[in-house]
Amino acid sequence: MMKDNRIEERTVDMDMTETKISARNVQVYYGETHAIRDVDVDILDKTVTAFIGPSGCGKSTFLRCLNRMNDTIPICRVEGTILLDGEDIYDKRVDPVQLRARVGMVFQKPNPFPKSIYDNVAYGPRIHGLARSKAELDDIVEKSLRRAALWSEAKDRLDQPGTGLSGGQQQRLCIARAVATEPEVLLMDEPCSALDPIATAQVEELIDELRRDYSVVIVTHSMQQAARVSQKTAFFHLGSLVEFGETGEIFTNPQDPRTESYITGRIG
Amino acid sequence: MTVGLILLIVLAIALSGYVLGRRRSLRMVGGDIRKLHSLPGFYGQSVLIFAAVPALLVMLGWMLLQPPLVDRHVARLITEADIAEGSSRDLVMSDVRRIADGLDQMMAAENLSEDALQALDAGDSDIRAKLGNVGIALGSDVRSAVFEAAKVYRDSAATGRTLMTLAVIGLALTGAVFGYLRIAPEYRARNVAETSVKALLILSSFVAVLTTVGIVLSLLFESLHFFRLYPAREFFFNLTWNPQFRGGSDLGIFPLLWGTLYVSFVALVFAVPVGLMAAIYLAEYASKPVRAVAKPLIEILAGIPTIVYGLFALITIGPLLRDYFAQPLGLGASSSSVMTAGLVMGIMLIPFVSSLSDDVINAVPQAVRDGSYGLGATQSETIRQVILPAALPGIVGAILLAASRAIGETMIVVMGAGAAAKLSLNPFEAMTTITVKIVSQLTGDTEFASPETLVAFALGLSLFVVTLGLNVIALYVVRKYREQYE
Repeated sequence: MMKDNRIEERTVDMDMTETKISARNVQVYYGETHAIRDVDVDILDKTVTAFIGPSGCGKSTFLRCLNRMNDTIPICRVEGTILLDGEDIYDKRVDPVQLRARVGMVFQKPNPFPKSIYDNVAYGPRIHGLARSKAELDDIVEKSLRRAALWSEAKDRLDQPGTGLSGGQQQRLCIARAVATEPEVLLMDEPCSALDPIATAQVEELIDELRRDYSVVIVTHSMQQAARVSQKTAFFHLGSLVEFGETGEIFTNPQDPRTESYITGRIG
Repeated sequence: MTVGLILLIVLAIALSGYVLGRRRSLRMVGGDIRKLHSLPGFYGQSVLIFAAVPALLVMLGWMLLQPPLVDRHVARLITEADIAEGSSRDLVMSDVRRIADGLDQMMAAENLSEDALQALDAGDSDIRAKLGNVGIALGSDVRSAVFEAAKVYRDSAATGRTLMTLAVIGLALTGAVFGYLRIAPEYRARNVAETSVKALLILSSFVAVLTTVGIVLSLLFESLHFFRLYPAREFFFNLTWNPQFRGGSDLGIFPLLWGTLYVSFVALVFAVPVGLMAAIYLAEYASKPVRAVAKPLIEILAGIPTIVYGLFALITIGPLLRDYFAQPLGLGASSSSVMTAGLVMGIMLIPFVSSLSDDVINAVPQAVRDGSYGLGATQSETIRQVILPAALPGIVGAILLAASRAIGETMIVVMGAGAAAKLSLNPFEAMTTITVKIVSQLTGDTEFASPETLVAFALGLSLFVVTLGLNVIALYVVRKYREQYE
């Protein structure tokens, strides 16, 4: 179980981890609209970073910059530098397809493919050639489903369509699918907004476990969720990054008056 | 009174019923709409329905029932003796009807009064010439009894028409008054109006269903008629098609069925990959401006009349294929060939496949694409492994629709593949299809009694069964995959 009083001990080991993604002076435009201004963020390895803020503040847009998902939107333009392990991901030589294999993503709405549960999880490993044999692929599928806490429910129905699962199971399937590709960073865009409290708790527990191997970035509308799962929190407001710091600090001792207003429920 | 005039009067009654009913409902609550159960318009509509629907139904029924009843009445006036040698009661009756129709025109042309007409007798005046003057040409002189029957026919029809006018307009008025008096603030006018809308919708769907049933039944009965004259075993298993109008024909469907399927197969082999790839390009790769131009351009293909495709086959594709493929390869010297018709038909089918597939591909949710891209899949991997499987039921539907079109196509085949019924594997050989033979068996001055003409119905029925089979397969495929993918 996770308790808020663990925030203190969690902050301790953070000094030892290194920066995974470093964003400097990021601007995003949708056509004429300036959606994101001057965002500087360092995302640490093996840490859960939460993006909070009112709707439309640009936190999802910024998240989608981190694996160049915004490339699929024709009118979207990104400026500034985003470094993954010191390499500029917007460099011309970087293939967005390979980048997305390293930076996985889980979406707000569960979006399983119209395929069997097995094929859903095996999708990434297959297209990236991660398994040399059927047995190895079976292994990856089982491991991923176990990590997503879906194995016990799904092991007898692997050949059934993923779309037949319940909403919470579908979202865990999508997480399993993302994990199966062995990404280094996992981006989660409000992964629990379509889930009931029980499924939410399962996913949150999962996020805490994933932190052992990955750097996780989660966008959330729920401040309780941010407080429960993250070690670092960034508060976005009207396209700008207002405050970024340790989760405990942000929630107990915010520096900016806007952050305080938001977490106490006065704006948002 | 003419039918059109009666219709106008009924409509006028119904519309004034609408206005009055609406006003009455408003007046009853002193203009405060909130006290009414329904909006004032619904009260108006309910009066309109009560006025128009029963009156129009009665009119329809009357117009269907009156002619047979009058016929039966008049037919009794004609005795066996009045029927000329070699003629029949039906022929005499059709004369009676034509004379009755012509009498009014004759009266106008000759300035005859009603009494003068009644006094007119076929015996002492030349009715045939007089009718001929007003455009009613009769095969023989008018017998006295026939002329009398025609007069009775005309009278009964006129009486019937008058009665109908009175009944219909009376019913419309009664209905309007009834509906008007029913109006009260708590009267549920909206429910009446809604029910009538539903009834109208049901009626419309019944028209389509009944037409289908009617077409199938007529095909079925004529085909049964054909099989009584020509053995079914011969029809299905005889391998030659050689109709002779003096009898002794070979009417085997096999060469025609083979031609139909061969031409359709060539067309689909061409149209399906091209159409599908065009759809994928338009839906997934093309930028907005390209799509805005290319999609309508492709759909223009669907608007070209098939006879123009036929010309294209005859003038361009046929000679081209003959000169550059068939003759150099030693496969034949005919410009009409399965290949010609198949290719041109394939071009015609491209928009069917591409337009429908494009819609289906666009209907695949963006979330699924994002999911695939988010895992690091390339665009073509996403299309092949996620989008096409998700869109498969719709694509199969599009292909089978194209197949049905191909099987039923006539004009392109006549002009592209020729009219020779042949069984051959060589695609550069002229062949023909079921549809072409249906046309050629029925054109010209033929009577529907010989197996050579009736075979057209059996061919039509077979064609119908083939396309129906395709549709059933389509439904099966779509349902199977839908279970798997939703």
